[in-house]
Amino acid sequence: MNPLQLCLILSSLLFCIGLAGALARSNTILVLLGIELMLNAANLNFIAFWRYGPHAAAGTGVIFVIFAIAVAAAEAAVGLALVIAVHRHRKSVRLQDANTLKG
Amino acid sequence: MTLAVQHLWLIPALPLAAAVIGALVPRSGRTLAAGAAIGAMAGAFLLACLALAGALADPAAHQVFNFNWFDLGHGALRLGFLLDPLTAFMAVMVTFVSLLIFIFSTGYMKEDANAKQFFCFLSLFAAAMLGLLVANSLLLLFVCWELVGLASYLLIGFWFHKPSAAAAAKKAFITTRIGDLGFLLGLLWLQDAQGTLLFYDGGAGFLEPAALANLSALLPCGLAASTAIGLLVFCGAVGKSGQFPLHVWLPDAMEGPTPVSALIHAATMVAAGVFLIARVYPLMAADQALANVPIHALTVVAFIGAITALLGALIATAQNDIKRILAFSTVSQLGYMMLALGVGSWVAAIFHLLTHAFFKALLFLGAGSVIHAAHHEQDIRRLGGLSGKMKVTFITFTIGTMALVGVPLFFSGFWSKEAILHAAHGWEVSHLPFYAAVLGVVLTAFYNTRLMAETFFGSARSDNAGHAHENGPAMTLPLVILAAAAILLSLVNLPSYPWLQAKLLGEHEVHGHPIFEGAGLMGLSVLLVALGVGIGWALYGRHPRAKAESPDPLAARAPGPMAALANRLGFDELYAATVGRLNDTLATLSDLLDCFVWGGVIRFLAGLGQFTGLVSRETDERTLNGGFDATSKGLRGTGQAYSDAQTGEAHGYLRTLALGFVILLILVVLGGAR
Repeated sequence: MNPLQLCLILSSLLFCIGLAGALARSNTILVLLGIELMLNAANLNFIAFWRYGPHAAAGTGVIFVIFAIAVAAAEAAVGLALVIAVHRHRKSVRLQDANTLKG
Repeated sequence: MTLAVQHLWLIPALPLAAAVIGALVPRSGRTLAAGAAIGAMAGAFLLACLALAGALADPAAHQVFNFNWFDLGHGALRLGFLLDPLTAFMAVMVTFVSLLIFIFSTGYMKEDANAKQFFCFLSLFAAAMLGLLVANSLLLLFVCWELVGLASYLLIGFWFHKPSAAAAAKKAFITTRIGDLGFLLGLLWLQDAQGTLLFYDGGAGFLEPAALANLSALLPCGLAASTAIGLLVFCGAVGKSGQFPLHVWLPDAMEGPTPVSALIHAATMVAAGVFLIARVYPLMAADQALANVPIHALTVVAFIGAITALLGALIATAQNDIKRILAFSTVSQLGYMMLALGVGSWVAAIFHLLTHAFFKALLFLGAGSVIHAAHHEQDIRRLGGLSGKMKVTFITFTIGTMALVGVPLFFSGFWSKEAILHAAHGWEVSHLPFYAAVLGVVLTAFYNTRLMAETFFGSARSDNAGHAHENGPAMTLPLVILAAAAILLSLVNLPSYPWLQAKLLGEHEVHGHPIFEGAGLMGLSVLLVALGVGIGWALYGRHPRAKAESPDPLAARAPGPMAALANRLGFDELYAATVGRLNDTLATLSDLLDCFVWGGVIRFLAGLGQFTGLVSRETDERTLNGGFDATSKGLRGTGQAYSDAQTGEAHGYLRTLALGFVILLILVVLGGAR
């Protein structure tokens, strides 16, 4: 196995762990954590394809991932703020309780 | 001080204002309405006197004041006012007689609840009549002519709750309208031929020589154009002045209150026809110079007048209602005026018009006084013996009767009738009208003697007549004034000093001739009057009727003719059987046409419309609505499905996401990793 394949298997595992966590957990914060893991699995793929790709000398992969992490941080901040707001309102962080936004 | 012609409109405007006041005040404001009417009339009388002074300053001049009513294409429709002695004399007479009758009405209508309306209508009538007199345009004259017709209709039907009064009002309106149709046609023809309806317009009016010369052209039927127009205009006069054959409405008009009969149906409105012919006299006489025409307009006027004079007097001998006798007498006297016009002496016609207005108003007011005193008993057979109970009425009524009969020398009616007989005698076309007039004089004397004898002499033949007593000063004062006028008016046109004639003809000098010139004719007329009075007195005065049911002495001697006369020679029946029947038939025909033909078409169209509507509705509901409903239902279902997918469960969404991802993955793996 070459290093790229190892990296891809690692990132797949990471993605599956994140998906399992996001689906199984009922605490909203933990669901967010799972989603964060899935995101970082994707970031790992970016790094791996850049490092073992044809233009390893250019810094494109790193720049891409740094942007993605920055956006993910902002997204996590918004998500946590939403969780706090829902908690103030419902005295609960269970995802099943925040179900009023429906058709 | 005189009234200038441009201010002449004030004379009709004053009573018009009184009519407006009368229309606006509430029913309780009868005193105000009567006061306004009398005050306006007194003002109009003063203005008319001032106008007369202005007209007499230069009697030959026709002072006019013309103005544009509205522009019509390149031309303009012009109206105007005219001041000449004819207008001024008539205006003074109308305002004076109206004033007295208004005063009389305050007494006569004292118990009537609608008195304020009565004064409103009377003022409206006076305004229209005065407008008719001062008009300098045949169109303005026609407008006022129709307005007096309207006022006459309103006043005849004033007691409209009586069916006979309502019917009489309609009869008067419709009968005069038949004549007015001819008048209107003549007016339109004249406008077409001359382009103007002004009487006098500084040489351009249609009564002036330049315009009359255009009208002497002969029509295909041989008549001169002026003859045809003149006869059409004369139709209007025939209707309004109660001339044969349209005289039938005037006796029925007596259903109105007696002051109305006196003012409108004796003194003023019915004389408007005579005034009209006198006013357009140059037009009527324009064909006199033409020798080769089959008939002259004035010849027709003379014969119609003679027939009416004789017919009215004949029928009056057999009537029993005091007002109807006077009405037929009015018909007869109007016939004399038309006769005078026809034989060429329009001055005699106007003189008789003026004197007749006073003594006939006096007679009608006297009759009104009798009727008022005798609790609305109008049948002379049931009156009688009133000479002692109503002295003022008796004396004034006698004076009026003597003026009407033509008792010599001291009464105005004698001189005016004498002038007419003289003119008729001198007419070279035919002597028949003169003989008719002479016979009419005997009959007039006869029926008036009968009227006097039955009403005032003998004994009271009913309780109403027995309890009669003299009326108050509001009713007797006008009688006295009118009686004085009936005597004094002879002074204005004595043969030895014919002042009125000179002024009307526009002469500055008065040329009289000895008073007994033509004494043969005068003596004949005196003899005839004496004969008529003698027969009347012999039949009715010497042996007064004992009871109301006693037979009439004349009817007992000649039952057939008298029954025919009492039935007014069957003119009403004749018209009912011919014109009325024709009208009924046409009405039935058009009713049937309406019911079956036009009604059928309308019903078919309505059915078609209904059917189309039904089809349209069904199409709409079944096809269009069905399609839209199905589409809407589908849309709603889809929407519901999407809506149901939104559960609000975040985990559900995540699961869906994961499932989709797995399916994608499987597809990729199965499709081969490319």
